[in-house]
Amino acid sequence: MTRPGELSRGLGAGLSVALGYLPVALTFGVLAGQTGLSPAEAAGMSAWVYAGASQFLALRMIAAAASPLQIVLATFILNFRHFLMGASLARKLSARRGIAAALSYWLTDETFVVASIRLASGPEARLSAASFLVLGLMAYASWVGGTLAGALLAQWIPAAVMGSLGIGLYALFIALLVPSIRKSWRFGLVAGASAAIGFAVSRLAPALSEGWILIGATLGASALGTLLPAESEVQP
Amino acid sequence: MSIWWLLAGMFVVTYLPRVIPFLIGRELELPRWVRRWLDYFPYAALGALIFPGILRAVPGRPWLSLAAGGVAAGVALLVRNPTAVVLAAIAFLLGIQNLPGLL
Repeated sequence: MTRPGELSRGLGAGLSVALGYLPVALTFGVLAGQTGLSPAEAAGMSAWVYAGASQFLALRMIAAAASPLQIVLATFILNFRHFLMGASLARKLSARRGIAAALSYWLTDETFVVASIRLASGPEARLSAASFLVLGLMAYASWVGGTLAGALLAQWIPAAVMGSLGIGLYALFIALLVPSIRKSWRFGLVAGASAAIGFAVSRLAPALSEGWILIGATLGASALGTLLPAESEVQP
Repeated sequence: MSIWWLLAGMFVVTYLPRVIPFLIGRELELPRWVRRWLDYFPYAALGALIFPGILRAVPGRPWLSLAAGGVAAGVALLVRNPTAVVLAAIAFLLGIQNLPGLL
């Protein structure tokens, strides 16, 4: 069941993620070119792999002449966090199994938090397949298009502009967090605990991959949340 | 050609963790505490995604990055549109990093 309101909410959410992705994708395209990938290979990696952090990691490993098997293993470890995010989102998505499986291709850290908090929030809220598809395709187009643009236009992108655009994704996360905290202090407490866990672990074990840090912080802080008094009157 | 084989391998190990929760477990009756746990994931993920990564948003300028995050939080209190918040934080950094050179 698709209502026009769902599509426009998907468009609005998709625009914010697309805007946040663009500078990161441009940077990836530039770096991929410097690592020796052709523009087609750079855009191909963004289109096929579609996972920012592991793509940057793959570039560093290609530059260090790591074996393909090592790169694939590192990619798996870094992206295993999407399993957790999928487990949280899957119950909310209104779609048949085959469609849900196709839509999961566009699950990223950003589409997960935007879909969960902006498009469907609370235990009873549902996520329509149409709104997630719109969100996912806009984010994907920005990521793949931005990569290609970065690889083709590397020498024309001013460094000062790139230095200012990197805040985009963090601003997006903050834009999701602030209204959540106003809705319930529990969300702020859980997010704060998660940030503290992530920071402490990254300091204590600097060698640990960011994928594990994100997994540990998400599992630990969410578990802390379940110990809080039940939100009987609050609609999260 | 081997880069495309690498991409194929990366595709498989990236898509599998994404798709498996949508193939299994959607019909599982989960205990209430597990459902509450899962419902907190987006907020916990937000916290760990924001900090400490935001300190590196402007390379080598952690305090400026935090200030831009503060601008984003301030704007987010006023408007609910995430795109406006993203644009405001970018405009703040463009202004503060480029205006002194122009004046």
